[in-house]
Amino acid sequence: MGLEELLPSGVLLTSVEKAAGWARRSSLWPATFGLACCAIELMQTGGPRHDLARFGMERASNTPRQADLMIVAGRCSQKMAPVLRQVYDQMSNPKWVISMGVCASSGGMFNNYAIVQGVDHIVPVDIYLPGCPPRPEMLMDAIVKLHDRIENMKLGKNRERQIEELEQARLARLPLQTQPLPAGQLLGTAPARSAVDPGAHE
Amino acid sequence: MSEQSGPGTPGQPGGGEHGENVNLPARAGEERLAEPVLRHGMFGAKTSGDTSGYGRLLVRLAPELSTPRPYGSYFDDLTDELARVLQADGTGFGDAIERVVADRGELTFHVRRGRLPEVAAKLRNEPGLAFEMCTGVSGVHYPAEAGRELRAVYHLVSITHNRRLRLEVTAPDADPHIPSLVGVYPALDWHERETWDFFGIIFDGHPSLTRIQMPDDWKGHPQRKDYPLGGIPVEYRGTKVPPPDERRSYA
Amino acid sequence: MTSPSAPPRASGLDDGTAEGRVYNVSGQDWDQLVAAADHAADTPGTGHMVINMGPQHPSTHGVLRLILTLDGETVTECRVGIGYLHTGIEKNMEYRTWTQGVTFCTRADYLMPIFNETAYCLSVERLLGIEGRIPDRANVIRVLMMELNRIGSHLGGLGPFGMELGASTIFLQGVRMRENTLDLLELITGLRMNHAYIRPGGVAQDLPPGALEKIREFLRESPRWTADLHKLMDANPVFLGRTRGVAYLDLEGCMALAVTGPMLRSAGLPWDLRKSQPYCGYETYEFGVPTATSCDTYGRYQVRMAEIDESLKIIEQCIDRLAGQRPADDPVMIPDAKIGWPARLSLGPDGLGPSPEHIAHIMGQSMEGLIHHFKLVTEGFRVPAGQAYVAIESPKGELGCHVVSDGGTRPYRAHLRDPSFHHLQAMAALCEGGMLADVIPAIASIDPVMGGVDR
Repeated sequence: MGLEELLPSGVLLTSVEKAAGWARRSSLWPATFGLACCAIELMQTGGPRHDLARFGMERASNTPRQADLMIVAGRCSQKMAPVLRQVYDQMSNPKWVISMGVCASSGGMFNNYAIVQGVDHIVPVDIYLPGCPPRPEMLMDAIVKLHDRIENMKLGKNRERQIEELEQARLARLPLQTQPLPAGQLLGTAPARSAVDPGAHE
Repeated sequence: MSEQSGPGTPGQPGGGEHGENVNLPARAGEERLAEPVLRHGMFGAKTSGDTSGYGRLLVRLAPELSTPRPYGSYFDDLTDELARVLQADGTGFGDAIERVVADRGELTFHVRRGRLPEVAAKLRNEPGLAFEMCTGVSGVHYPAEAGRELRAVYHLVSITHNRRLRLEVTAPDADPHIPSLVGVYPALDWHERETWDFFGIIFDGHPSLTRIQMPDDWKGHPQRKDYPLGGIPVEYRGTKVPPPDERRSYA
Repeated sequence: MTSPSAPPRASGLDDGTAEGRVYNVSGQDWDQLVAAADHAADTPGTGHMVINMGPQHPSTHGVLRLILTLDGETVTECRVGIGYLHTGIEKNMEYRTWTQGVTFCTRADYLMPIFNETAYCLSVERLLGIEGRIPDRANVIRVLMMELNRIGSHLGGLGPFGMELGASTIFLQGVRMRENTLDLLELITGLRMNHAYIRPGGVAQDLPPGALEKIREFLRESPRWTADLHKLMDANPVFLGRTRGVAYLDLEGCMALAVTGPMLRSAGLPWDLRKSQPYCGYETYEFGVPTATSCDTYGRYQVRMAEIDESLKIIEQCIDRLAGQRPADDPVMIPDAKIGWPARLSLGPDGLGPSPEHIAHIMGQSMEGLIHHFKLVTEGFRVPAGQAYVAIESPKGELGCHVVSDGGTRPYRAHLRDPSFHHLQAMAALCEGGMLADVIPAIASIDPVMGGVDR
């Protein structure tokens, strides 16, 4: 991609990684691929209450060429799938994908002929966000987790090593998460406030 | 049960063959018993034994009945007006309309498909009828009714008289053609395309009958009953849940 | 790659509806396109440019594809491509029970889920023959929820309308007020969207304590928010310039295209199903039917803003009825044990779940109660054979639901007649002859929601 890919690993690369990671995650421009109901929640997340501008993401890039993050929000139908792939291909590296909602992650409640059962059949997904639709707070949690991942993404030789390590960790991972994950993979963010808080209503 | 109320006994006061005797146990449900069987059993369980005890139940096809007069509400006036208009035109009411069903507060004319554009034009143009708007067509597929599998259902609204009407047209699977009503109600353009897309009903005279919801090169008509739902089994924590159309059902 | 003389691509263009030259463009080949277009311009009749406002576009209100033929800036032809969000909702409903059908139909038009549910439930209730037996409280709650959703839907249309015109402040103001309606909906149903709250026989559960006070607070604050929106748009010269005279469709055009809803009312005809063919007790409420006479985008904006005010009036009347003296047994679900959804929910230490009283009743007190609960949840109720079509006045127009039953526990066919689907056909009438920039306000004035269009 650039000079940073060619640097030999060492303290110089680490400093560049830190700087590049911070810069990359500080103002992700989403190519909002708002498809269905999740797009409405995405819209609400950009509103004044749950403010996406706090992440620098209020400027949604209407052209995929200038976008970093594609939030696939909603059910992707068979007819829409080639369009999805085309938009993803038009994005330039580095790029990330959040599949927002259960329909984008796995087909959701629509297990039928018309819906692609998970956009990971079409584009590689970084964060899967369940919910029907996920609350704005959940979306922000997913974005924060992605920020953590971006910030700790290594470059060049270190990246190759990191990919290998991640793959080994994935292969060894058991379905039920019982051990805490190594630092840098997931931020210890608090879970989203539950929709029904017993203390909230009198 | 009693001999004196057998069929064909002439001279029974108050009506013809079925008039008085239809409620007697021996005669009850005769029409229905002659109809073909739609469904065996009550539960849809096919994968394991049916222990419900309802396995011998036979559900038969409901006969195609016409509601007897009076229909109630504005339906009688509406039917009479349409009959008058069609008569004045030389077409008999019975030629154009197969049967009339007034059920649950709604009136349905079952129109013969050849006469559909004519009837629709009359319904729209005649001031006594004035059904200015047709809100849409939708299809229904009845694979069990041989010769009458595909139905197109039109809903009409009259703003002038504040009335609603339904038209239902039948076409067999072998010849799925129904004349298009785009010339009478231009708003049916996309609805007819959608009905073609989902059911395979070909609307003759439609300006561009192409797929509208499915991708243009899709094969098959998805909402027909013989088209599968198309789901995949869902894996969850080591087990597999079959898609909805392949699960054991309790209905 | 541009290939003006190559045969058209298989997908979408081999059905003979493409006219003239077909260009397949995928980027980085604009030089070739311009050269080919120049070449084509020599041939008469092909000097026009075909632009694809593709399904992924910030201004098309969702995944809508517009194929515009332009002569300079003027749109000479406008073709609409839909189906990019087709979900097979109707077919899915055939494999679920009647009550589960609510959870599917609610996701059709996702900006007005309550209306989808109500149209479906009213038609199922008509088939069941229980239309007159829905409890009064359930009807009042239905009206309350519908009007709240109407406000949310109009704001959800006006906000993006502003954003598409380039005015992000309108978007933020609209979204801000919409958040408050979502708060109320969440308080009452548990979800911000796609509620599955209105069920055949009534509503899923009663209003929680404190809901009425929150709604009153909303009513107190709303005039200030709507005043802000009015100040932003009513006399805004840029807004007026972009919406006056744009997307003109007069009464004749509306009747030819069977347009209903705010578009018809902006042409002057006060046709509102809540007044002419009332349902859920609408005939007992006092509200007006706002109309405009300008038949353009600005008129439709005015009608929608006025409808928000009328909805606030209706909500106030609903609260007055709900706050009144309650008789001891005032259900929100039909008391018929063979149809009414059995579960009673309550808030426990671990969240929302079956209420302990209901569990004690079905497990300890009533065998029949247990059987009914079991049968209704696993099998569902049986609906007598027949068909019904009920239409309600949704924020977008006439939303109808045609259900066919074969006597079983599942819909044989459920079809949603969605107003957005119907009204998008009018795009050609609205856009052709106008400028390219006017296409955006035209779409926004129809206010289509692609979930309802494609279902």
